Amino acid sequence: MLTETLGPVLVANRGEIARRIIRTVKRMGLRAVAVHSEADADLPFVREADEAVLIGPGNPAQSYLDAGKVLEAARATGARSVHPGYGFLAENVAFARAVIEAGMVWIGPAPEAIDRMGDKINARNVMEAAGVPVAAGTREPVTDLSLALRAAESIGYPVMVKTAAGGGGIGMSVAYDDEGLGKAYDQAARAAARFAGSAGDALDGPAVLLERYIERARHVEVQILGLPGGRVVALGERDCSVQRRHQKVVEESPSPGITPELRERMLAAAVRAGEAVGYAGAGTVECLVDADRQDFVFLEMNTRLQVEHPVTELVTGVDLVELQLRVAAGESPEVPAEPAGHAMEFRVYAEDPKRFFPGPGTITAWEEPVADGVRVDSGYEVGNTVTPFYDPLMAKLCVRGESRADALEKGRKAVAAFTVEGPKNNLPFCAELLENAEFVAGDYDTGLVARMRA
Amino acid sequence: MAEVRAEMVANVWKVVVREGDTVSEGDTLVILESMKMEIPVLAEDDGTVAQLKVGEGDVIQEGDLIAVIDD
Repeated sequence: MLTETLGPVLVANRGEIARRIIRTVKRMGLRAVAVHSEADADLPFVREADEAVLIGPGNPAQSYLDAGKVLEAARATGARSVHPGYGFLAENVAFARAVIEAGMVWIGPAPEAIDRMGDKINARNVMEAAGVPVAAGTREPVTDLSLALRAAESIGYPVMVKTAAGGGGIGMSVAYDDEGLGKAYDQAARAAARFAGSAGDALDGPAVLLERYIERARHVEVQILGLPGGRVVALGERDCSVQRRHQKVVEESPSPGITPELRERMLAAAVRAGEAVGYAGAGTVECLVDADRQDFVFLEMNTRLQVEHPVTELVTGVDLVELQLRVAAGESPEVPAEPAGHAMEFRVYAEDPKRFFPGPGTITAWEEPVADGVRVDSGYEVGNTVTPFYDPLMAKLCVRGESRADALEKGRKAVAAFTVEGPKNNLPFCAELLENAEFVAGDYDTGLVARMRA
Repeated sequence: MAEVRAEMVANVWKVVVREGDTVSEGDTLVILESMKMEIPVLAEDDGTVAQLKVGEGDVIQEGDLIAVIDD
Protein backbone atom coordinates (compact mmCIF):
# COMPACT_ATOMS: atom_id res chain seq x y z
CA MET A 1 0.00 0.00 0.00
CA LEU A 2 1.30 3.40 -1.01
CA THR A 3 0.05 5.06 2.18
CA GLU A 4 2.86 3.31 4.07
CA THR A 5 5.16 5.95 2.61
CA LEU A 6 3.31 8.65 4.62
CA GLY A 7 4.15 7.54 8.15
CA PRO A 8 4.83 8.96 10.63
CA VAL A 9 2.14 11.58 9.98
CA LEU A 10 2.53 14.88 11.83
CA VAL A 11 -0.86 16.37 12.72
CA ALA A 12 -0.43 20.15 12.77
CA ASN A 13 -3.57 20.98 14.70
CA ARG A 14 -5.33 20.61 18.06
CA GLY A 15 -8.57 19.62 19.76
CA GLU A 16 -11.25 17.58 18.09
CA ILE A 17 -9.80 17.64 14.59
CA ALA A 18 -6.33 16.53 15.70
CA ARG A 19 -7.96 13.67 17.59
CA ARG A 20 -10.12 12.71 14.63
CA ILE A 21 -7.16 12.70 12.20
CA ILE A 22 -5.00 10.71 14.63
CA ARG A 23 -7.76 8.07 14.83
CA THR A 24 -7.69 7.39 11.08
CA VAL A 25 -3.90 7.63 10.84
CA LYS A 26 -3.54 4.92 13.49
CA ARG A 27 -6.32 2.77 11.99
CA MET A 28 -4.34 2.76 8.74
CA GLY A 29 -1.33 1.40 10.62
CA LEU A 30 0.66 4.63 10.53
CA ARG A 31 2.32 6.45 13.42
CA ALA A 32 0.72 9.74 14.46
CA VAL A 33 2.74 12.66 15.81
CA ALA A 34 0.93 15.48 17.64
CA VAL A 35 2.18 18.99 18.27
CA HIS A 36 0.67 20.98 21.10
CA SER A 37 0.85 24.19 23.12
CA GLU A 38 1.38 24.41 26.88
CA ALA A 39 -2.33 25.21 27.26
CA ASP A 40 -3.32 21.93 25.56
CA ALA A 41 -0.93 19.52 27.32
CA ASP A 42 -3.77 17.63 29.06
CA LEU A 43 -6.06 17.29 26.03
CA PRO A 44 -6.91 13.81 24.72
CA PHE A 45 -5.28 14.32 21.30
CA VAL A 46 -1.86 14.74 22.93
CA ARG A 47 -2.19 11.44 24.76
CA GLU A 48 -3.72 9.54 21.86
CA ALA A 49 -0.91 10.35 19.41
CA ASP A 50 2.02 7.93 19.31
CA GLU A 51 4.31 10.85 20.04
CA ALA A 52 3.66 14.46 21.05
CA VAL A 53 5.89 17.53 20.81
CA LEU A 54 5.41 20.69 22.87
CA ILE A 55 5.90 23.60 20.47
CA GLY A 56 5.14 26.70 22.55
CA PRO A 57 2.82 28.69 24.78
CA GLY A 58 -0.97 28.98 24.51
CA ASN A 59 -0.92 31.99 22.22
CA PRO A 60 -1.40 30.39 18.78
CA ALA A 61 1.00 32.82 17.09
CA GLN A 62 3.80 31.24 19.14
CA SER A 63 2.72 27.63 18.66
CA TYR A 64 0.14 26.31 16.17
CA LEU A 65 0.64 29.23 13.77
CA ASP A 66 4.44 29.15 14.00
CA ALA A 67 5.40 27.27 10.83
CA GLY A 68 9.06 27.07 11.88
CA LYS A 69 8.27 25.30 15.14
CA VAL A 70 5.88 22.85 13.50
CA LEU A 71 8.45 22.02 10.81
CA GLU A 72 11.14 21.56 13.43
CA ALA A 73 8.89 19.09 15.27
CA ALA A 74 8.29 17.23 12.02
CA ARG A 75 12.01 16.91 11.34
CA ALA A 76 12.84 15.93 14.91
CA THR A 77 10.28 13.11 14.91
CA GLY A 78 11.11 11.82 11.44
CA ALA A 79 7.63 12.61 10.10
CA ARG A 80 7.20 11.88 6.41
CA SER A 81 3.96 13.77 5.93
CA VAL A 82 1.99 16.64 7.47
CA HIS A 83 -1.79 16.83 7.87
CA PRO A 84 -2.83 20.42 8.68
CA GLY A 85 -6.50 19.84 9.65
CA TYR A 86 -8.48 23.09 9.29
CA GLY A 87 -7.63 26.63 10.36
CA PHE A 88 -4.13 27.51 11.66
CA LEU A 89 -1.66 26.62 8.86
CA ALA A 90 -4.08 24.62 6.68
CA GLU A 91 -4.37 27.29 3.99
CA ASN A 92 -0.93 28.83 4.45
CA VAL A 93 0.81 28.57 1.08
CA ALA A 94 4.30 29.23 2.44
CA PHE A 95 3.88 26.47 5.02
CA ALA A 96 2.65 23.96 2.43
CA ARG A 97 5.66 24.81 0.24
CA ALA A 98 8.06 24.50 3.18
CA VAL A 99 6.70 21.04 4.02
CA ILE A 100 7.24 19.89 0.44
CA GLU A 101 10.71 21.50 0.24
CA ALA A 102 11.66 19.68 3.43
CA GLY A 103 11.00 16.41 1.56
CA MET A 104 7.71 15.59 3.27
CA VAL A 105 4.29 14.93 1.79
CA TRP A 106 1.73 17.71 2.21
CA ILE A 107 -1.68 16.14 2.85
CA GLY A 108 -3.67 18.71 0.96
CA PRO A 109 -3.92 20.28 -2.48
CA ALA A 110 -0.89 21.71 -4.31
CA PRO A 111 0.28 25.04 -2.83
CA GLU A 112 -0.60 26.70 -6.16
CA ALA A 113 -4.25 25.65 -5.76
CA ILE A 114 -4.32 27.00 -2.18
CA ASP A 115 -2.81 30.22 -3.45
CA ARG A 116 -5.35 30.69 -6.24
CA MET A 117 -8.30 30.01 -3.94
CA GLY A 118 -6.99 31.67 -0.76
CA ASP A 119 -7.63 35.17 -2.03
CA LYS A 120 -11.40 35.44 -2.35
CA ILE A 121 -11.21 38.09 -5.06
CA ASN A 122 -8.92 35.96 -7.19
CA ALA A 123 -11.06 32.90 -6.48
CA ARG A 124 -14.18 34.70 -7.67
CA ASN A 125 -12.46 35.66 -10.90
CA VAL A 126 -11.11 32.13 -11.51
CA MET A 127 -14.58 30.66 -10.91
CA GLU A 128 -16.28 33.13 -13.19
CA ALA A 129 -13.81 32.22 -15.94
CA ALA A 130 -14.59 28.51 -15.37
CA GLY A 131 -18.29 29.14 -15.92
CA VAL A 132 -19.29 28.95 -12.24
CA PRO A 133 -21.87 31.63 -11.35
CA VAL A 134 -20.69 34.40 -8.97
CA ALA A 135 -22.57 37.25 -7.25
CA ALA A 136 -22.22 40.80 -8.54
CA GLY A 137 -19.17 42.17 -6.75
CA THR A 138 -15.73 43.71 -6.87
CA ARG A 139 -13.07 42.20 -9.13
CA GLU A 140 -10.15 44.14 -7.66
CA PRO A 141 -9.16 44.57 -3.99
CA VAL A 142 -10.98 47.49 -2.37
CA THR A 143 -8.35 49.35 -0.36
CA ASP A 144 -10.16 52.46 0.89
CA LEU A 145 -13.62 53.64 1.82
CA SER A 146 -14.15 55.85 -1.22
CA LEU A 147 -13.56 52.85 -3.51
CA ALA A 148 -15.96 50.84 -1.35
CA LEU A 149 -18.67 53.51 -1.63
CA ARG A 150 -18.29 53.63 -5.39
CA ALA A 151 -18.43 49.82 -5.65
CA ALA A 152 -21.53 49.67 -3.46
CA GLU A 153 -23.24 52.19 -5.69
CA SER A 154 -22.74 50.05 -8.78
CA ILE A 155 -23.56 46.72 -7.03
CA GLY A 156 -26.58 48.12 -5.16
CA TYR A 157 -27.36 47.75 -1.44
CA PRO A 158 -27.41 45.59 0.59
CA VAL A 159 -23.80 44.49 0.16
CA MET A 160 -21.70 41.91 2.02
CA VAL A 161 -18.31 43.29 3.04
CA LYS A 162 -15.50 40.85 3.76
CA THR A 163 -11.75 40.39 3.75
CA ALA A 164 -10.04 38.88 0.73
CA ALA A 165 -7.94 36.63 2.96
CA GLY A 166 -8.86 34.66 6.06
CA GLY A 167 -12.10 32.96 6.95
CA GLY A 168 -14.35 31.82 9.73
CA GLY A 169 -16.69 34.76 9.30
CA ILE A 170 -14.19 37.14 10.91
CA GLY A 171 -14.49 40.69 9.58
CA MET A 172 -17.67 39.97 7.60
CA SER A 173 -20.76 42.16 7.82
CA VAL A 174 -23.68 43.42 5.79
CA ALA A 175 -24.17 47.09 4.91
CA TYR A 176 -27.57 48.50 3.95
CA ASP A 177 -26.48 52.08 3.21
CA ASP A 178 -23.45 54.38 2.95
CA GLU A 179 -23.26 54.91 6.71
CA GLY A 180 -23.39 51.18 7.42
CA LEU A 181 -20.74 50.64 4.78
CA GLY A 182 -18.37 52.93 6.69
CA LYS A 183 -18.63 50.70 9.76
CA ALA A 184 -18.53 47.46 7.79
CA TYR A 185 -15.50 48.63 5.85
CA ASP A 186 -13.63 49.58 9.05
CA GLN A 187 -14.35 46.21 10.60
CA ALA A 188 -13.21 44.29 7.52
CA ALA A 189 -10.11 46.45 7.13
CA ARG A 190 -9.16 45.82 10.75
CA ALA A 191 -9.61 42.09 10.30
CA ALA A 192 -7.65 42.19 7.02
CA ALA A 193 -4.74 43.90 8.77
CA ARG A 194 -4.75 41.17 11.41
CA PHE A 195 -4.85 38.34 8.87
CA ALA A 196 -1.93 39.95 7.08
CA GLY A 197 -0.08 40.15 10.39
CA SER A 198 -0.68 36.54 11.36
CA ALA A 199 0.18 35.20 7.92
CA GLY A 200 3.33 37.27 7.80
CA ASP A 201 2.46 38.60 4.35
CA ALA A 202 3.24 42.10 3.24
CA LEU A 203 0.13 43.68 1.78
CA ASP A 204 -0.48 47.10 0.29
CA GLY A 205 -3.35 48.18 2.51
CA PRO A 206 -6.21 45.99 3.61
CA ALA A 207 -7.79 43.92 0.83
CA VAL A 208 -11.54 43.95 1.16
CA LEU A 209 -14.24 42.81 -1.23
CA LEU A 210 -17.88 43.69 -1.67
CA GLU A 211 -20.58 41.43 -3.00
CA ARG A 212 -24.28 41.71 -3.59
CA TYR A 213 -25.97 40.39 -0.44
CA ILE A 214 -28.77 37.87 -0.90
CA GLU A 215 -31.38 38.43 1.82
CA ARG A 216 -32.96 35.00 2.02
CA ALA A 217 -29.95 32.84 1.31
CA ARG A 218 -29.04 29.32 2.23
CA HIS A 219 -25.40 28.42 2.60
CA VAL A 220 -24.91 25.15 0.75
CA GLU A 221 -21.51 23.68 0.01
CA VAL A 222 -20.31 20.77 -2.09
CA GLN A 223 -17.63 18.33 -0.92
CA ILE A 224 -15.22 17.54 -3.71
CA LEU A 225 -12.31 15.15 -4.02
CA GLY A 226 -9.63 15.63 -6.65
CA LEU A 227 -7.98 12.37 -7.71
CA PRO A 228 -4.48 11.89 -9.08
CA GLY A 229 -4.73 12.35 -12.83
CA GLY A 230 -7.00 15.37 -12.64
CA ARG A 231 -10.46 13.82 -12.22
CA VAL A 232 -12.62 15.60 -9.64
CA VAL A 233 -15.67 13.95 -8.04
CA ALA A 234 -18.43 15.47 -5.89
CA LEU A 235 -19.55 13.74 -2.69
CA GLY A 236 -22.87 15.48 -2.17
CA GLU A 237 -23.67 18.72 -0.40
CA ARG A 238 -24.00 20.10 3.11
CA ASP A 239 -26.47 22.77 4.15
CA CYS A 240 -24.79 25.14 6.63
CA SER A 241 -27.46 27.81 6.92
CA VAL A 242 -27.74 27.72 10.72
CA GLN A 243 -25.20 30.43 11.51
CA ARG A 244 -24.49 33.00 14.15
CA ARG A 245 -22.09 35.85 13.33
CA HIS A 246 -21.59 34.26 9.89
CA GLN A 247 -20.19 31.14 11.57
CA LYS A 248 -21.79 27.75 11.23
CA VAL A 249 -23.49 26.08 14.17
CA VAL A 250 -25.43 23.21 12.61
CA GLU A 251 -24.98 21.46 9.26
CA GLU A 252 -26.96 18.79 7.47
CA SER A 253 -26.89 16.62 4.38
CA PRO A 254 -28.76 16.40 2.10
CA SER A 255 -29.91 20.03 2.02
CA PRO A 256 -33.67 20.24 2.58
CA GLY A 257 -33.77 23.51 0.63
CA ILE A 258 -32.69 22.60 -2.90
CA THR A 259 -34.46 20.69 -5.65
CA PRO A 260 -32.80 17.62 -7.24
CA GLU A 261 -32.32 19.71 -10.37
CA LEU A 262 -30.48 22.48 -8.49
CA ARG A 263 -28.39 19.89 -6.62
CA GLU A 264 -27.28 18.40 -9.92
CA ARG A 265 -26.27 21.83 -11.27
CA MET A 266 -24.37 22.70 -8.08
CA LEU A 267 -22.46 19.41 -8.00
CA ALA A 268 -21.50 19.83 -11.66
CA ALA A 269 -20.33 23.42 -11.04
CA ALA A 270 -18.26 22.29 -8.02
CA VAL A 271 -16.53 19.67 -10.16
CA ARG A 272 -15.77 22.34 -12.79
CA ALA A 273 -14.44 24.61 -10.02
CA GLY A 274 -12.10 21.88 -8.79
CA GLU A 275 -10.91 21.02 -12.28
CA ALA A 276 -10.26 24.70 -13.04
CA VAL A 277 -7.55 24.81 -10.37
CA GLY A 278 -6.22 21.25 -10.84
CA TYR A 279 -7.49 20.32 -7.42
CA ALA A 280 -6.17 17.22 -5.64
CA GLY A 281 -7.52 15.89 -2.36
CA ALA A 282 -10.53 17.00 -0.30
CA GLY A 283 -11.96 20.47 -0.77
CA THR A 284 -15.20 22.34 -0.41
CA VAL A 285 -16.95 24.65 -2.81
CA GLU A 286 -19.15 27.00 -0.79
CA CYS A 287 -22.19 28.52 -2.48
CA LEU A 288 -25.05 30.81 -1.59
CA VAL A 289 -28.44 29.57 -2.68
CA ASP A 290 -31.26 32.01 -3.31
CA ALA A 291 -34.01 30.01 -1.63
CA ASP A 292 -36.82 31.77 -3.45
CA ARG A 293 -35.37 31.60 -6.94
CA GLN A 294 -33.65 28.18 -6.60
CA ASP A 295 -30.45 29.60 -8.00
CA PHE A 296 -26.90 29.74 -6.63
CA VAL A 297 -23.64 31.68 -6.73
CA PHE A 298 -20.08 30.69 -5.81
CA LEU A 299 -18.96 32.02 -2.44
CA GLU A 300 -15.49 30.63 -1.81
CA MET A 301 -13.46 27.47 -1.94
CA ASN A 302 -11.90 25.90 1.13
CA THR A 303 -8.78 24.00 0.21
CA ARG A 304 -8.79 21.66 3.20
CA LEU A 305 -10.88 19.36 5.33
CA GLN A 306 -13.97 21.15 6.69
CA VAL A 307 -15.13 21.18 10.31
CA GLU A 308 -18.45 19.70 9.18
CA HIS A 309 -16.98 16.85 7.10
CA PRO A 310 -18.58 14.15 9.34
CA VAL A 311 -21.99 15.02 7.85
CA THR A 312 -20.72 13.83 4.47
CA GLU A 313 -19.05 10.78 6.00
CA LEU A 314 -22.30 9.71 7.67
CA VAL A 315 -24.34 9.76 4.45
CA THR A 316 -21.65 8.41 2.10
CA GLY A 317 -19.90 5.93 4.39
CA VAL A 318 -16.45 7.21 3.40
CA ASP A 319 -13.66 8.30 5.74
CA LEU A 320 -12.56 11.61 4.24
CA VAL A 321 -9.26 11.65 6.14
CA GLU A 322 -8.46 8.21 4.72
CA LEU A 323 -9.29 9.49 1.22
CA GLN A 324 -7.01 12.49 1.80
CA LEU A 325 -4.17 10.18 2.82
CA ARG A 326 -4.72 7.86 -0.14
CA VAL A 327 -4.77 10.71 -2.65
CA ALA A 328 -1.68 12.28 -1.05
CA ALA A 329 0.09 8.93 -1.46
CA GLY A 330 -0.84 8.84 -5.14
CA GLU A 331 -3.65 6.30 -4.97
CA SER A 332 -6.98 6.62 -6.80
CA PRO A 333 -9.52 5.43 -4.22
CA GLU A 334 -13.02 4.27 -5.15
CA VAL A 335 -15.65 6.85 -4.31
CA PRO A 336 -19.30 5.83 -3.71
CA ALA A 337 -21.89 7.17 -6.11
CA GLU A 338 -25.01 7.83 -4.04
CA PRO A 339 -25.36 9.11 -0.47
CA ALA A 340 -28.01 7.44 1.73
CA GLY A 341 -29.97 8.63 4.76
CA HIS A 342 -29.83 12.02 6.44
CA ALA A 343 -27.11 13.41 8.71
CA MET A 344 -26.83 16.44 10.99
CA GLU A 345 -23.96 17.95 12.95
CA PHE A 346 -24.40 20.15 16.01
CA ARG A 347 -21.32 22.13 17.00
CA VAL A 348 -21.04 22.13 20.77
CA TYR A 349 -19.48 25.51 21.48
CA ALA A 350 -18.23 26.90 24.80
CA GLU A 351 -20.53 29.89 24.65
CA ASP A 352 -23.71 31.08 26.28
CA PRO A 353 -26.80 29.83 24.44
CA LYS A 354 -28.57 33.20 24.35
CA ARG A 355 -26.06 35.75 23.06
CA PHE A 356 -23.37 33.28 21.93
CA PHE A 357 -20.60 35.03 23.86
CA PRO A 358 -17.51 32.96 24.67
CA GLY A 359 -17.52 31.13 27.99
CA PRO A 360 -14.23 29.38 28.61
CA GLY A 361 -13.72 27.38 31.78
CA THR A 362 -12.77 24.07 33.35
CA ILE A 363 -14.93 21.06 32.49
CA THR A 364 -16.37 19.56 35.68
CA ALA A 365 -18.73 17.10 33.99
CA TRP A 366 -18.66 15.67 30.48
CA GLU A 367 -20.88 12.84 29.32
CA GLU A 368 -21.33 12.08 25.64
CA PRO A 369 -24.46 10.42 24.29
CA VAL A 370 -24.03 6.84 23.09
CA ALA A 371 -26.66 5.49 20.70
CA ASP A 372 -27.15 3.92 17.31
CA GLY A 373 -26.56 6.53 14.60
CA VAL A 374 -24.78 8.94 16.96
CA ARG A 375 -21.16 10.03 16.52
CA VAL A 376 -19.34 12.48 18.77
CA ASP A 377 -16.04 14.05 17.70
CA SER A 378 -14.79 15.79 20.82
CA GLY A 379 -11.59 17.58 21.71
CA TYR A 380 -12.02 17.62 25.47
CA GLU A 381 -12.87 15.43 28.44
CA VAL A 382 -13.72 15.99 32.08
CA GLY A 383 -10.96 17.88 33.91
CA ASN A 384 -9.74 19.75 30.81
CA THR A 385 -9.84 23.54 30.65
CA VAL A 386 -11.31 25.30 27.64
CA THR A 387 -9.01 28.32 27.30
CA PRO A 388 -9.64 31.69 25.60
CA PHE A 389 -6.76 31.11 23.14
CA TYR A 390 -8.69 29.03 20.61
CA ASP A 391 -12.08 28.85 18.95
CA PRO A 392 -14.96 27.73 21.17
CA LEU A 393 -15.59 24.34 19.50
CA MET A 394 -15.59 21.64 22.17
CA ALA A 395 -17.22 18.82 20.25
CA LYS A 396 -19.31 17.93 17.23
CA LEU A 397 -22.43 15.93 17.95
CA CYS A 398 -23.42 14.11 14.75
CA VAL A 399 -26.44 11.95 14.02
CA ARG A 400 -27.53 9.88 11.07
CA GLY A 401 -31.14 8.84 10.44
CA GLU A 402 -32.93 6.98 7.69
CA SER A 403 -34.88 10.16 6.96
CA ARG A 404 -34.68 13.81 8.03
CA ALA A 405 -37.47 13.23 10.58
CA ASP A 406 -35.49 10.31 12.01
CA ALA A 407 -32.33 12.45 12.19
CA LEU A 408 -34.25 15.21 14.00
CA GLU A 409 -35.53 12.73 16.56
CA LYS A 410 -32.08 11.19 17.08
CA GLY A 411 -30.71 14.72 17.41
CA ARG A 412 -33.20 15.65 20.12
CA LYS A 413 -32.37 12.54 22.15
CA ALA A 414 -28.62 12.95 21.72
CA VAL A 415 -28.64 16.64 22.67
CA ALA A 416 -30.67 15.82 25.79
CA ALA A 417 -28.24 13.04 26.72
CA PHE A 418 -25.10 15.20 26.32
CA THR A 419 -23.94 16.60 29.67
CA VAL A 420 -21.39 19.41 29.82
CA GLU A 421 -20.73 21.33 33.02
CA GLY A 422 -18.17 24.03 33.72
CA PRO A 423 -17.84 26.17 30.61
CA LYS A 424 -20.98 27.77 29.22
CA ASN A 425 -22.28 25.73 26.31
CA ASN A 426 -24.82 26.00 23.51
CA LEU A 427 -26.55 22.63 23.96
CA PRO A 428 -29.70 24.47 25.14
CA PHE A 429 -29.63 26.39 21.85
CA CYS A 430 -29.37 23.10 19.91
CA ALA A 431 -32.39 21.74 21.82
CA GLU A 432 -34.32 24.92 21.04
CA LEU A 433 -33.38 24.73 17.36
CA LEU A 434 -34.62 21.14 17.14
CA GLU A 435 -38.10 22.39 18.17
CA ASN A 436 -38.04 25.47 15.95
CA ALA A 437 -40.80 25.32 13.31
CA GLU A 438 -38.62 26.66 10.47
CA PHE A 439 -35.79 24.27 11.20
CA VAL A 440 -38.09 21.28 11.69
CA ALA A 441 -39.77 22.06 8.37
CA GLY A 442 -36.37 22.43 6.69
CA ASP A 443 -37.50 25.80 5.37
CA TYR A 444 -34.84 28.09 6.83
CA ASP A 445 -32.06 30.41 5.69
CA THR A 446 -28.97 32.08 7.17
CA GLY A 447 -31.19 34.56 9.04
CA LEU A 448 -32.75 31.83 11.19
CA VAL A 449 -30.65 32.26 14.34
CA ALA A 450 -31.06 36.06 14.29
CA ARG A 451 -34.85 35.58 14.07
CA MET A 452 -34.73 33.15 17.00
CA ARG A 453 -32.96 35.81 19.05
CA ALA A 454 -34.89 38.87 17.83
CA MET B 1 -20.53 56.39 38.61
CA ALA B 2 -20.70 53.13 36.70
CA GLU B 3 -18.29 50.25 36.86
CA VAL B 4 -17.63 48.32 33.67
CA ARG B 5 -16.60 44.71 34.32
CA ALA B 6 -15.50 41.81 32.14
CA GLU B 7 -18.15 39.23 31.32
CA MET B 8 -15.61 36.50 30.51
CA VAL B 9 -11.97 35.51 30.47
CA ALA B 10 -10.40 37.44 27.63
CA ASN B 11 -7.36 39.22 26.27
CA VAL B 12 -7.50 42.99 25.97
CA TRP B 13 -6.93 43.49 22.28
CA LYS B 14 -7.46 47.24 21.87
CA VAL B 15 -7.96 50.10 24.30
CA VAL B 16 -10.01 52.71 22.48
CA VAL B 17 -10.48 55.43 25.14
CA ARG B 18 -8.19 57.20 27.62
CA GLU B 19 -8.83 58.40 31.14
CA GLY B 20 -10.52 61.79 31.00
CA ASP B 21 -12.26 61.10 27.65
CA THR B 22 -15.91 62.00 27.34
CA VAL B 23 -18.00 59.08 26.12
CA SER B 24 -21.59 58.62 25.00
CA GLU B 25 -23.83 55.63 25.52
CA GLY B 26 -22.84 52.90 23.07
CA ASP B 27 -19.26 54.12 22.53
CA THR B 28 -16.61 51.40 22.46
CA LEU B 29 -14.28 51.59 25.48
CA VAL B 30 -12.06 48.60 24.83
CA ILE B 31 -12.14 45.61 22.50
CA LEU B 32 -11.61 42.24 24.12
CA GLU B 33 -10.70 39.05 22.37
CA SER B 34 -11.68 35.58 23.48
CA MET B 35 -11.94 32.40 21.46
CA LYS B 36 -11.18 34.16 18.18
CA MET B 37 -13.98 36.64 18.74
CA GLU B 38 -13.72 40.41 19.09
CA ILE B 39 -15.96 41.60 21.90
CA PRO B 40 -16.42 45.36 22.10
CA VAL B 41 -17.08 46.65 25.62
CA LEU B 42 -19.45 49.61 25.38
CA ALA B 43 -20.28 52.56 27.60
CA GLU B 44 -23.74 52.03 29.05
CA ASP B 45 -24.27 55.74 29.75
CA ASP B 46 -22.93 59.16 28.81
CA GLY B 47 -20.05 60.27 31.02
CA THR B 48 -16.33 60.67 31.53
CA VAL B 49 -13.78 57.87 31.77
CA ALA B 50 -12.65 58.31 35.39
CA GLN B 51 -10.51 55.18 35.59
CA LEU B 52 -9.19 52.75 33.04
CA LYS B 53 -7.91 49.57 34.63
CA VAL B 54 -6.67 47.52 31.65
CA GLY B 55 -3.95 47.79 29.05
CA GLU B 56 -3.55 46.17 25.63
CA GLY B 57 -2.32 42.60 25.96
CA ASP B 58 -3.67 42.10 29.49
CA VAL B 59 -5.47 38.87 30.29
CA ILE B 60 -8.57 39.59 32.35
CA GLN B 61 -10.87 37.27 34.28
CA GLU B 62 -14.66 37.26 34.47
CA GLY B 63 -15.73 40.06 36.82
CA ASP B 64 -12.49 42.07 36.57
CA LEU B 65 -12.90 45.85 36.54
CA ILE B 66 -12.26 47.38 33.12
CA ALA B 67 -13.24 51.01 33.61
CA VAL B 68 -15.16 53.44 35.78
CA ILE B 69 -17.39 55.97 34.05
CA ASP B 70 -18.43 59.14 35.93
CA ASP B 71 -21.67 60.72 34.87
